[in-house]
Amino acid sequence: MSTPLRARPLSPHLDIYRWQMGNTLSILHRLTGLALALGLPALAYFVLALAHGSASYRQAQHLFMSPVGLLWLVAWSFAFFYHLLNGIRHLFWDIGLGFERRARTVSGWVVVGGSVVLTLGLWSGLWLSDRL
Amino acid sequence: MSLRSPLGRVLGMGSAKDGTGHWWAERVSSVALVPLTLWAVGALLALPRLDFLAVRTFFAEPLHSLLAVLLVAVMAYHSDLGTAVIVEDYVHVRGVKVFLLLLLRFAYVLIAGSAIFALLQIAFGRSPA
Repeated sequence: MSTPLRARPLSPHLDIYRWQMGNTLSILHRLTGLALALGLPALAYFVLALAHGSASYRQAQHLFMSPVGLLWLVAWSFAFFYHLLNGIRHLFWDIGLGFERRARTVSGWVVVGGSVVLTLGLWSGLWLSDRL
Repeated sequence: MSLRSPLGRVLGMGSAKDGTGHWWAERVSSVALVPLTLWAVGALLALPRLDFLAVRTFFAEPLHSLLAVLLVAVMAYHSDLGTAVIVEDYVHVRGVKVFLLLLLRFAYVLIAGSAIFALLQIAFGRSPA
């Protein structure tokens, strides 16, 4: 028989689990990774414009410095810092460190706080030094 | 209709034989991206101005050029590995899945290839107009 007589038991599915830090940060890691991937064409466009000459570069600069462009860049930089910090957190888990409840919570908050601080730091640094 | 049991059907088909290869490649590239991306952020902050001449001169430096090429290549590679997992997790129609995986890989090679070509033009080309 190719089909079992009774349906095989399924594990409790996603919706019975309580929403908590672990799964939130994990989902955010995947989302930020996806956002970073979507930014790659923009990065390639920037480098191509730079190679093409000053007129194309100014055009690209104009696009990136427009309100929508800036908003995208700020979001993209947050995605980058989050993915970087949480990626390092994952690498520590990969070598077997930081699995305890307290370590998980602390490192999670370090990732969230760190990525917000680094994003704000980067953009205020660029803004204060008059490079925007 | 086959009389073989579900177990019988998969026995002998073997695994995909790449074991932990994909997972490991993702980790190795992520480790490489830590110093490479930090260099890029540092470079952005260290540049006194972001106009054409300043940025162009920065990327014409051999060391900067090399690091930028490596950054683009490893980023595209790591991105390909990551988005492939997303596709494999959520797309269950075999044809669509294979199509998306191929499309993504072609896109990454095209994007990284053109960015690296542009960086080499900057590195080896004449000084900017």
